[in-house]
Amino acid sequence: MSAPTSPDEGLTAAQLAAKYGLAVSGARPSLPDYVRQLWGRRHFILAFSSAKLTAQYSQAKLGQLWQVATPLLNAAVYFAIFGLILDAGRGMDKDVYIPFLVTGVFVFTFTQSSVMSGVRAISGNLGLVRALHFPRASLPVSFALQQLQQLLYSMIVLFAVAIAFGSYPDASWVLIVPVLVLQFCFNTGLALIFARAGAKTPDLAQLMPFVMRTWMYASGVMFSIPVFLADKPQWIANVLQWNPAAIYMDLMRFALIEEYGSQNLPDHVWAVAGGWAVLFAIGGFVYFWKAEERYGRG
Amino acid sequence: MAEQAADRRVPTVIADDVHIVYRVNGAKTGKGSATAALSRIVKRSGDRGVRKVHAVRGVSFVAHRGEAIGLIGSNGSGKSTLLRAIAGLLPPESGRVYTDGQPSLLGVNAALMNDLTGERNVILGGLAMGMSREQIKERYQEIVDFSGINEKGDFITLPMRTYSSGMQARLRFSIAAAKDHDVLMIDEALATGDAKFRLRSEARIRELRKEAGTVFLVSHSNKSIRDTCDRVLWLERGELRMDGPTDEVLKEYEKFSGK
Repeated sequence: MSAPTSPDEGLTAAQLAAKYGLAVSGARPSLPDYVRQLWGRRHFILAFSSAKLTAQYSQAKLGQLWQVATPLLNAAVYFAIFGLILDAGRGMDKDVYIPFLVTGVFVFTFTQSSVMSGVRAISGNLGLVRALHFPRASLPVSFALQQLQQLLYSMIVLFAVAIAFGSYPDASWVLIVPVLVLQFCFNTGLALIFARAGAKTPDLAQLMPFVMRTWMYASGVMFSIPVFLADKPQWIANVLQWNPAAIYMDLMRFALIEEYGSQNLPDHVWAVAGGWAVLFAIGGFVYFWKAEERYGRG
Repeated sequence: MAEQAADRRVPTVIADDVHIVYRVNGAKTGKGSATAALSRIVKRSGDRGVRKVHAVRGVSFVAHRGEAIGLIGSNGSGKSTLLRAIAGLLPPESGRVYTDGQPSLLGVNAALMNDLTGERNVILGGLAMGMSREQIKERYQEIVDFSGINEKGDFITLPMRTYSSGMQARLRFSIAAAKDHDVLMIDEALATGDAKFRLRSEARIRELRKEAGTVFLVSHSNKSIRDTCDRVLWLERGELRMDGPTDEVLKEYEKFSGK
């Protein structure tokens, strides 16, 4: 029974596989195939992200109310510290500064938590990766999507803050949608990049909080970059303002806050916002795909 | 089997000198702090603090259509690891595994979340295994009935963490067994629960086995291997110690393990 029959005798494993059309198990699919597979898993990606989101607060007594209460408390703390105690607005009107600050915090948190969950997307889900077949990019994409859903809850708080400080809904609020789409593309790309890096070096999960905090302070979450750097050469402010986190924060503020006009935005702001999104979404996806067959290695 | 053997035997899985190595971080001098991580990245000495575990060492075999193959060996001999490599879930360090179609591991535990209701877990687990929403809708009632979760009241709408461990195992198995497979791999620890459920799940495994082209079964029960497999691979310390007809290999194995 177990001895090979004569016609196949003497063939090497590779020749035998070729003869019967067997494929290498766990080989990396081509890029178009990979995109198709990922699209085929869209329901899983969606279900996984909202399941993670729901599971987060399922043991709390207030349950899903925390989705809104958490950002609300966050906003209150930042308001107390930076608005009342430190007065970091530097001459900015309170009606502008408070929504300015809260927008900055929420928008930056969106990118920050996408990166942090991206780092652990593969390395924290090895059990899943080693048990089932699916394009591995499903995980980082799904985590980025979870953060987007989280941000949408935060937007409820943000709208309330904006209205409370005198910025009422108008035509410019429509711009929120393209800003969110672009930032989501950027975040997803970033999550994909860090998912691959984190899969190889799980230690990044320890290191990244420091990097992210540095990035936060350099992006003008609590202060206006042009006002703070008024006496420095213009190019420094430009570089800081063109960094993707600052770009998306500024665009969101511009869309939301009545008195935060276009004079606060750097040149070519929409082109830069789109450029970052496309560059990172495509670059991150290809970079992640390149190591597809290696995820889950012990 | 006899007419198949006389006919041409079609290989479905070929393992060619497969080696699998696990790398365990922090098992030597592991300092997990951020500064240690930074210095490790800067120095590019990735091997520091990493211990290698060579779990499978150069295993080769050819499996054919219609075969049911048992994997035996003591704990930690590399059986489950080898299954994962065949399924393409654990990339081998060196060597190759060729397969016909996509082998799948029977099991869905890792995709389920204890904080979600049984209902949502059925959907999530089905999607994770690659079923479509329509397929899941179609089989939903079947899965719930099979698990018997609702026999004692409406438990399927409660979070899974509220289930007893037996009930959790039943739901997991019911979800995993809802899908048909090409090349099927079964880790025997799956069939758990009370006596009644065990009988039901064993019947379901037999059914799945009939539908699948080639079956791999990992088991510590020589009886279930004898009942279902016509060929046995015996792994010991990651090496293939014996490969042959069930009776022959089991006789040696029993002698080895001193039964």
